[in-house]
Amino acid sequence: MGAISALLLTKEKWPEFLGKISGKQLFAPKRQGDRVYLAPLKEGELPDFDFQNTLVPPKALVFPQTETLYRYRLGETEMKEPAIEGEAVLLGVRPCDGRAMQLVERLFCWDVDDPYYLKRRALVTVVGLACSEPGLNCFCSSVGGGPASTEGLDLLMTDLGESFLLEPLTDKGRALLAEAGELLAEAPPEAVAQKEQIAAEAAARIKRSVDTAGIPEGLPRLWNDPLWQRHAAACLGCGTCTYLCPTCHCFDIQDEAEGTEARRLRVWDSCMFEEYTRHASGHNPRPTRRERTRNRISHKYSYYVQKFGIIACVGCGRCVNLCPVNIDLVEILRQVKEAL
Amino acid sequence: MCNGNPYLPYTATIVETWYETGGERPVKTFKVTLDDAAARESWSHRPGQCAMVGLLGVGESMFCISCSPTEGDFLRFSVMRAGKVTSALHQLEAGDKITVRGPYGNSFPLEEWEGKRILTVGGGIGQAPLRPIVEFVRANRDKYVGLTVIYGARSCGDLCFKGELEALAKEGDIECHLSVDVGEEGWPHYVGFVPSLLMEVNPSPENTIAVTCGPPIMIRFVLENLKKLGFADEQIYTTLENRMKCGLGKCGRCNAGHLYVCKDGPVFSYAVLKDAPEAFA
Repeated sequence: MGAISALLLTKEKWPEFLGKISGKQLFAPKRQGDRVYLAPLKEGELPDFDFQNTLVPPKALVFPQTETLYRYRLGETEMKEPAIEGEAVLLGVRPCDGRAMQLVERLFCWDVDDPYYLKRRALVTVVGLACSEPGLNCFCSSVGGGPASTEGLDLLMTDLGESFLLEPLTDKGRALLAEAGELLAEAPPEAVAQKEQIAAEAAARIKRSVDTAGIPEGLPRLWNDPLWQRHAAACLGCGTCTYLCPTCHCFDIQDEAEGTEARRLRVWDSCMFEEYTRHASGHNPRPTRRERTRNRISHKYSYYVQKFGIIACVGCGRCVNLCPVNIDLVEILRQVKEAL
Repeated sequence: MCNGNPYLPYTATIVETWYETGGERPVKTFKVTLDDAAARESWSHRPGQCAMVGLLGVGESMFCISCSPTEGDFLRFSVMRAGKVTSALHQLEAGDKITVRGPYGNSFPLEEWEGKRILTVGGGIGQAPLRPIVEFVRANRDKYVGLTVIYGARSCGDLCFKGELEALAKEGDIECHLSVDVGEEGWPHYVGFVPSLLMEVNPSPENTIAVTCGPPIMIRFVLENLKKLGFADEQIYTTLENRMKCGLGKCGRCNAGHLYVCKDGPVFSYAVLKDAPEAFA
């Protein structure tokens, strides 16, 4: 990898730039009602960059909510794996979500490679979009990220007003820019300085924070602390906090048949569901929402740290923004800290 | 692993089945062989390991392999009928096909235990993962000082591997103590709970490894009693079973605190487990 050189793309050339991306399906933020989703971009269509973050994290494109593991016919034993092919570019991924993909990859490579995840991950080029305006509950800078962090991204874009600053970070990112070389100009130092300033100003506007020092080691000591019951009392067990979390990766494996055509599939699951850990005997090691809430927080802020050396939370704020009963991870962590 | 894809199972054929117990939740044992010759060749498991057993069209569940590799070129699973997959499995007979992937997890460190006395303390279906230890030690009898089996169930009809264990008791070389929670006419052995039987047997901790498996409540009291008998944490092992879906450390659900039962276990020494508060939940 050579030195990172920043390039400049003026906004009038933006549609043309998108047209140059060939042979890869393009996913970009698109507004549907009052939500923004990472959705396929049709020819001539422009991404909607006026958003804080997509409702569903981009994990859904490398770790689909439902994914066929193999197909078979009922009564037969031949199992056919699906072909995983087709390159894609994910455009406008927020830096927190890029970090999340990098973080989760540690698990999918742990000891045994997960071929489904790794194949899909290898097929996508992740183009990040630096944040200029943090969301209400963003706290990326507390957990190792930032408005312009680059981990997990192949290319980072920053909106400079009249133009985009493009910083390729990997070979995939450089390959993408090579397709549109003639539209790009080398970025002057002022443009890079402007980007640094945008990122710094965005970071300064982040309102929420968590002091994580001591939490990974300390959480197991709070096993019987009343705080878990306090926070779980309001929980509906809906699973939104986990389904829409960019680092949550838990799944179930099920069989499904239509006529004689059948498949074994994996599907997102949630540690907030009662059935998730319930044994066939009826015994459940996490019988109430208290234990499940404690596991959700402990997994991200303690167990994952012990296993993989990093907190499995990128501070995107989705679980706080989207919880129907306002359970607030940042507040839980503040109370954890207080109880330590 | 099949075709480099750890999720893709082998197909296997059931060679023989029999019921271990009756009642509402009967336990049925399946003796199976993998269909593919190359798979049979490459398969190797150790006492304590698990495998994902499935039925195409129904689903997969994790079971401990209830035989020792010293017994022959086959696998055994002793399955209690409890849920969807186990109910479907119970309908199968010799000649039927299942899917198998694995083996998963760590195993009992039987080489480390050479030169020691082995004590197993089991309850109910919890004897299934202990059975491979018994068979392994019997096959390598000269390497171990002795073997004591303590095993109990709710009633005489709930004892798994009963014939085998009674035969073992008669062998003389191996100490075998059986119990039932509720006494019945003609029952010649102990009546009471397994932890009490353990105290009755009163095994010496000297140069001994104790392995226990059973219902969570039984394990808790057995651990307590082993400590009372003077066993050190490092001399006590157990094997855990939690709900699992992948067996590969990915799907998330089998963790007890920071330990993944499928990867860090299922076999744990009490020295490790005592710091994992969720282990006996």
